[in-house]
Amino acid sequence: MFKKAMDKFKKMDRRTAAQDAGFLLLKLCVLTVILALGTLILFITLKGFKVVNFEFITQSPTDGMVHGGIFPAILGTFLLSIGALIFALPTGVLTAVWLTEYADNQRFVRLVRIGINSLAGVPSIVFGLFGMMFFVKFMQFGVCLLSGALVLGILILPTIIGASEEALLTVPKAFKEASLALGATRWETMYKVILPNSVSGIITGIILSVGRAAGETAPILMTAATFYTARLPNSVFSKVMALPYHIYALMTEGSRKGQTEIAYGTALVLLLLVLAINSVAIFIRIRARRERKW
Amino acid sequence: MSDEIRIVVKNFNAYYGEKHALKNVNIDIPANKIMAMIGPSGCGKSTFLRSINRMNDLIENFKVDGQMMIDGNDVYDKTIDVTSLRRRVGMVFQKPNPFPKTIYENVAYGLRVNRLFKDNKELEHKIEKSLVEAGLWEEVKDDLDKSAFELSGGQQQRLCIARALVIQPEVILMDEPTASLDPISTAKIEELIQVLKKDYTIVIVTHNMQQAARVADNTSFFMLGELIEYDVTSRMFTKPVKKITEDYITGRFG
Repeated sequence: MFKKAMDKFKKMDRRTAAQDAGFLLLKLCVLTVILALGTLILFITLKGFKVVNFEFITQSPTDGMVHGGIFPAILGTFLLSIGALIFALPTGVLTAVWLTEYADNQRFVRLVRIGINSLAGVPSIVFGLFGMMFFVKFMQFGVCLLSGALVLGILILPTIIGASEEALLTVPKAFKEASLALGATRWETMYKVILPNSVSGIITGIILSVGRAAGETAPILMTAATFYTARLPNSVFSKVMALPYHIYALMTEGSRKGQTEIAYGTALVLLLLVLAINSVAIFIRIRARRERKW
Repeated sequence: MSDEIRIVVKNFNAYYGEKHALKNVNIDIPANKIMAMIGPSGCGKSTFLRSINRMNDLIENFKVDGQMMIDGNDVYDKTIDVTSLRRRVGMVFQKPNPFPKTIYENVAYGLRVNRLFKDNKELEHKIEKSLVEAGLWEEVKDDLDKSAFELSGGQQQRLCIARALVIQPEVILMDEPTASLDPISTAKIEELIQVLKKDYTIVIVTHNMQQAARVADNTSFFMLGELIEYDVTSRMFTKPVKKITEDYITGRFG
């Protein structure tokens, strides 16, 4: 009888072992992720930090790129991201408002959602190609800030729409009902009650997509970026330098000594820029969650 | 019931898609009285309440036929402006639902969207008046700039009542307004409702039969989308005509 009871325990042991093995697997996966990220950051930092200094981020490149700084590229990336946002933010938020609040024809809404999700799945080089054919050639904007910003804008639209929709939908229905019951129109309810309570979610979406836009290379390759320009951009039709493209160009063109170091330095600046942008998003989200009371 | 009639409902039907939620309802709701609606869950009482100010318009596939008249105007007439209808027919919900704004701004909301004040002085005056009316003024007069979420549940519900009163509706619809409140807050709201009927026509849905007996002048009993019985409250609770009404109010089912 005692042996029988022990058999039962043995069976338990086997199950515990299976569980332990499972947990080990999970831990290994997490470790891999942390290791991958850690190695990447460490590698880029070690390789890049030597060239990064005040001059590097405030000066224009000189002497065939191997001296001076990368300020025009930082500025270019900044302008491209802001330009993308100027186009994508109003378009995206208003699309989300329409999808969540006004669309009556549910079949059409589903169709639009499928379209948006497909847009999110298009490889970025295809956006670049489209941008070159449409904005650069067909609209005759040329290779410039405007063309690049528009392509990046289209690229981040699904992110903005998705984040905005989610933010709008988390506003409790009770607020909306209270507003309508007081004789407010649907539009008044939207901009006085629903939108103000979605702002933090929308901002998170904005910042994540700015990070994305800043880091993309393929879409601007053929639409906006140039390896070197002597002047800073003076209009939306100027070609611009951009951080990701600068890295690409340094590693693929020319063979002067020091190019690799500068590429890593540029990569470090880009990485820090995107990390900084994302941590702002995280900070805003934490604060919004703390303040939310429903 | 020989009073002035505010709401006249004739052969009123409501549907959620295929579901027939209200079946041929006929009811006259007198002015400046409290009409309670009781009945088991899913009997159509909330559907009926929300049909009066057309809140059900938000639901896809919701359809009605028949007549729903307020002071002789058909609520479902194509020429009716839904926002001005809702201005005249206020609503208090089951769960207190103040906006995530200050106490002051919660009450101001209806005045602002409907542009019902000339200057700040009038705005402030109206806000104070409705908070007094809702019996909340003494408790919040020094905290008008605080978030409405800092109030207790019962205070929040009285704030919601003040918010509904400030735009001076003619009818106030209440959808189980005390369902989420403790007994003391409930008593305060019930007292308040009694006072309000002087100036407003009140329709209240309640799950609590004692509440109906305590506050309502008239009571209607709904079941499976049909109006089973409608009478003066005292008679309804002592001598109901139909067996099923008696079974319900004596708690034999529900």
